[in-house]
Amino acid sequence: MKYLDEYRDQAVAQRLADTIAKEVTKPWVLMEVCGGQTHSIVRYGIDRMLPPSIELVHGPGCPVCVTSLEMIDKAHAIASRPDVIFTSFGDMLRVPGSRGDLQTLRSRGADVRVVYAPIDAVRIAKENPKKQVVFFGIGFETTAPANAMAVHRARRDAVTNFSMLVSHVLVPPAIAAILQTRGNRVQAFLGPGHVCAIMGFREYEALSSLYRVPIVISGFEPVDLLEGVLVCVRQLETGRAVLENQYARMVTRDGNVPARELVFEIFEVVDRKWRGVGNIPKSGYRLRHEYRQHDAELLFEVEAIETRESSLCISGQVLRGLKKPADCPAFGKQCTPQSPLGATMVSAEGACAAYYQYGRCPSTEAAVAT
Amino acid sequence: MCLGIPGEVVEVHDDAGLRFGKVRFGGVSRDVCLECVPEARVGDYVLVHVGFAIACIDADEAERTYRILEELGQTDELLAEQLLAEQLLADERPTVPAGPLDPAESTEGAEGGTS
Repeated sequence: MKYLDEYRDQAVAQRLADTIAKEVTKPWVLMEVCGGQTHSIVRYGIDRMLPPSIELVHGPGCPVCVTSLEMIDKAHAIASRPDVIFTSFGDMLRVPGSRGDLQTLRSRGADVRVVYAPIDAVRIAKENPKKQVVFFGIGFETTAPANAMAVHRARRDAVTNFSMLVSHVLVPPAIAAILQTRGNRVQAFLGPGHVCAIMGFREYEALSSLYRVPIVISGFEPVDLLEGVLVCVRQLETGRAVLENQYARMVTRDGNVPARELVFEIFEVVDRKWRGVGNIPKSGYRLRHEYRQHDAELLFEVEAIETRESSLCISGQVLRGLKKPADCPAFGKQCTPQSPLGATMVSAEGACAAYYQYGRCPSTEAAVAT
Repeated sequence: MCLGIPGEVVEVHDDAGLRFGKVRFGGVSRDVCLECVPEARVGDYVLVHVGFAIACIDADEAERTYRILEELGQTDELLAEQLLAEQLLADERPTVPAGPLDPAESTEGAEGGTS
């Protein structure tokens, strides 16, 4: 497919990897921010094409993973109600909360439906006027315009039985939190290409300059990622720390202005708790007061739920780039995608799940080697 | 989650006041909200995420960067080829006269020659 195949060209990827190997003289730690990038890196073995002096650590950019247990439990409680049709992106269904997951709830008879586009949930609401239709609005800035459009359409078409359980998260505050972490190892970032397609990269220019850290906005294909690494390495080797845009075919400095206007018409910035990380100030969106009639958190009163994470799980450290999945004693043993203990194993884009899916489990690798 | 797929706009239509269109991804096409890419026309490529076009792909920029990437390392390859050719020539120089000689004699001869 056009704009995909050429960025998966093995010869070009290999030449980039060779160029990186030739130019690097010191060890460097780079973090890719977005879960889609993590998945691509592990899937194509990009990390293994790089010289050993370059370490890629995996960031907190999987919104499914970092959605708080409390929010998963709220979704579960709302979806359990007989008057509700609960709609969601497919990858949220298997995320375990304290009371179980949505998939199991559905198998027990709850009306839980997977939608491809958020606006499809509004259509379901129109078709089912006697039901309350709730959409689980998660995601980073990339998904915010599509979610905002669903609320916009519901308001405009007076679809009063549509509401959204909003658990949006934002990338720049998470990058700042990582850079402020004691013992931070990250020396440069591959920035989130699709988040910046919406938001532009002014916020990242500010971060790069404030923390004196190279940030290179990168795409998701092997050639994009390797070029992003090369640009980071060139900055690190020459002592520069600026924002560069590898993904210029999709990303401009101002991003998508109409999309951003739509987002800020519907949402406002709020503090949010990240699974595995904790509370990060001003790191999420909620619906603006004017749209409260579509806010599922206000419409459905859910009791505060006491939640507890596994004491074995090190996902908080993995999400900050302090540890790798294989450093966890529970990885691939007590903790698998079928029965995840924490954030980074719950979705295919979580670092632990990606390592597991592509056979990066130490025991299986040893078996292959022998 | 943040994955986007590039697809070609094959049709644009109005859906109750919102700009929608059919976008083709390889052999499959589907309805996509084009409200936030007002500049996208039939034949343009857009980046689609959860049924929503988030960017119009800059074809010139894609072409330009890809050309740079394709050329990356090719000058190195030329250099490497040149080095290899020079090395072959250099290898040939001593082997031509030394060829018929026994290695031991050749070493001795070389030492004798330089002293």
